[in-house]
Amino acid sequence: MIHPVTSRRVFIQASAAVGGGLLLSLMLPQRVRAGGVAANSGAADAAAGASFMPNAFIRIGRNGPITLIVHMVEMGQGTFTSLPMLIAEELEVDLAQIVVEAAPPDDKLYTNPINGMQATGTSASIRAAWEPLRQCGAIARTLLITAAAKLWRVEEHTCHAYKGTVVHSASGRSVRYQSLGDAAAKLPVPSAVALKARKDFKLIGTPAKRVDAKDKVLGKTLFGIDARVVGMKFAAVAICPEFGAKLRPIDDAAALKVPAVRQVIQLGDAVAVVADHTGAARKGLAALQLYWDAGPNAATNSAAIATQIAAASTGGKAVVANKIGDVAGALVHAASRFEQVYELPFLAHAPMEPMNCSVHVRADACDIWVGSQVQTRAQAEAARITGLPLAAVKLHSLFIGGGFGRRLEIDNITLAVRIGQQVNGPVNVLWSREEDIQHDFYRPYYHNQVWVGLDSHGMPLTWRHRVTGSSVLARWDPPSFKNGLDDDAVDSAAGPPYGFPNVLLEFVQCEPPGIATGWWRGVGSTHNVFIVESVMDELALAAKVDPLEYRRRLLKGAPRALAVLEKAAAMAEWGKPLPARSGRGISVEFAFGTYVATILQVAVTSGGEVKVEWVVCAVDCGVIVNPDTVRAQIEGGTIFGLTAALFNEITLANGRVDQSNFNDYRMLRMLEAPEVKVHLIESAEAPGGIGETGTAAVAPALTNAIFAATGVRLRKLPVAAHDLRAI
Amino acid sequence: MSYSININGADHSVEAEGDTALLWVLRDVLGMTGTKFGCAMALCGACTVHLDDRPVRACTLPLSAAVGKRVRTIEGAATEKISAGLMAAWLELEVVQCGYCQPGQIMSATALLADKPNPSDDDIDHAMSGNICRCGTYQRIRAAIKHAATHLAAGGASSAVAGGVTSGVAHGVK
Repeated sequence: MIHPVTSRRVFIQASAAVGGGLLLSLMLPQRVRAGGVAANSGAADAAAGASFMPNAFIRIGRNGPITLIVHMVEMGQGTFTSLPMLIAEELEVDLAQIVVEAAPPDDKLYTNPINGMQATGTSASIRAAWEPLRQCGAIARTLLITAAAKLWRVEEHTCHAYKGTVVHSASGRSVRYQSLGDAAAKLPVPSAVALKARKDFKLIGTPAKRVDAKDKVLGKTLFGIDARVVGMKFAAVAICPEFGAKLRPIDDAAALKVPAVRQVIQLGDAVAVVADHTGAARKGLAALQLYWDAGPNAATNSAAIATQIAAASTGGKAVVANKIGDVAGALVHAASRFEQVYELPFLAHAPMEPMNCSVHVRADACDIWVGSQVQTRAQAEAARITGLPLAAVKLHSLFIGGGFGRRLEIDNITLAVRIGQQVNGPVNVLWSREEDIQHDFYRPYYHNQVWVGLDSHGMPLTWRHRVTGSSVLARWDPPSFKNGLDDDAVDSAAGPPYGFPNVLLEFVQCEPPGIATGWWRGVGSTHNVFIVESVMDELALAAKVDPLEYRRRLLKGAPRALAVLEKAAAMAEWGKPLPARSGRGISVEFAFGTYVATILQVAVTSGGEVKVEWVVCAVDCGVIVNPDTVRAQIEGGTIFGLTAALFNEITLANGRVDQSNFNDYRMLRMLEAPEVKVHLIESAEAPGGIGETGTAAVAPALTNAIFAATGVRLRKLPVAAHDLRAI
Repeated sequence: MSYSININGADHSVEAEGDTALLWVLRDVLGMTGTKFGCAMALCGACTVHLDDRPVRACTLPLSAAVGKRVRTIEGAATEKISAGLMAAWLELEVVQCGYCQPGQIMSATALLADKPNPSDDDIDHAMSGNICRCGTYQRIRAAIKHAATHLAAGGASSAVAGGVTSGVAHGVK
């Protein structure tokens, strides 16, 4: 029996679960993109009275624990705990009573409305799920209470839910949800349910323990790389080192001589050596003499790309992204003007788990084992390559050993399926760290021109910012790239939090040759917050006003931004005297619906070495689901952003990426890692995103601190590319 | 070639060339996937295991070098007092995020506490800076090592790992 109901925000249906019990499906508000995928089943089919649908967010069988299904992937950000918390709060179950299961790919059922598909990114999991998943839990609870009331022939309002049971206090009776599922599944779904008031939350707002932590410390968690099935072979790969190059036919004898090597697969743009284990596969690959016919990008280099993008910024076609007031008109009245250029480098993601994907391609079916941020795209790609129907492609969604945007791409799936088509049996395709770093979709190189007109007090009268660089959106989601505007590339530029009276924000698309660009933690905000907050410090200096005070004056109409700034300043003891070559730096941001103020302190040695001594962050992300997860994301996101700002840039020479491993694309390590102190502001506002905000906030705080310590203003990252020795 | 190696107290006969990195023997030949691959150059520590109680990077250790020695991996760590204490502290302080590097971190931390039961910040930095965490959990790792050291010194072998967490996650490989 299926009883669909459409409420204002969600479409929910109750049905009998396989093996008995209650299964609740929920369809989030739709904005399926053109490239989205509807797979296997769907709520629309179910609404029409079609067959039973085994996809859901809640599954209560007659026996065993209650299963909560998570449609977003777990890559460290805590979704496997925080999304179930939303359901469990309303369902009235403890996290200890549930198990969590990864959802299958299905854009109809599991689309994240902010992303327009079943994609985990843009710090959008909690933001999108906040109401729908609580409603899902509340409806299930209501059905279970109704079922119990009928069973006991009592009024529904005399019953209540408590820790996975329905209780009738007057008679002292109680019954487990598992015993009510069959009856609940036959009930009509209520058209409206009341969600709990915030004061009644038992779980939301508590630092509930991560459900994935125990297996992770025991080494039991299966990441994509850990997929193991009977008969699995292991492939090592070499991909053409230049974009567009071709592999010449190779003599595979040397590889085949290596014991345990079974096969050499030539794909034109890559070669794979398949063996009984990765060690033999890598040895076989190393034994091959590979010759690549240089493609059109053989001469591409970083300096030329920088020149090209700078030229596009001055001579290219600028698209207006935002226009407030009249910049040209107001500029006439400016007492002084500020003009500057800021540049940000290409960046690799370098997640700890290198790119990989396991596949088993047969004539009539295909299995994929992978950790992907885009489950439906992954499935569709395998179907496209093999020619199989979507329903014949089974995606096994595994844990992600670091995503940061890299696993919003499916090139690892493309390559693995092409290899798998030539392997008789399952094959685990694992990239080396070098392949991972040299064949990334890099954070774009951005060239930024900023022009500010200042009033007689040195405060901004006009603010003009032109962003020039690659559009990730244009490639990744073409329908969202309209009239030459990439709204992500300009995100967090020109405010809020600042409310400038006259704004002109422009974007110039310039696609560099021979390098692919992609989403990188913090996306547009990570680069634009650096520009805005660097300019803030420069303007404060010009106005001879303390950087904290300068920002205060501009944030008078932005109470939430001002509150995080004041809190961070208090935590940092802003203004307390420092020794020579030490300095503090500030940044304030509004990104992903969240306000963050970051202040950090550096000491710069006379030899030019930068030591970040500590970081404080004050955060207002609205209602907090799991405060410990929020802290962890700010701590870790800050370290991620610091690593890039201090050390990282991807450069090209002769069409090839210069960096290759952690020796030349280096990471912040324990001995260099500052403590990050986090303060969370109490708030009843709608939840904001958190996974990317720490990363976006930290770089300008760092360079502002370096300026305070040394008097050297860094307008180009990373810090390591500059000489900061004492003169 | 056939080699016999002792892993977590049990002897295993392995068919592989002697120059094969122990990492691939563990992960691909024996299916013990708790030890992770990160760089293959001993730069990141994700593959850290113990060889006769000393931390080594399995990505650069030849299989032949493990013959006649005791290999300990994350799969065998929970039954050891120091590792179990560290795991309990890891859970208590919610260290993990993606979790990929954490087996290697715990193996490095175990060797540290075996050597220095009450480590200073410098000791921790020195012992742990070979292990990269891209999620940036360093400050929690440092705190968890201190937490574990305190509890181990007080004689408190924790049972948190064995039974403290009851909810779980269903895995996708079936």
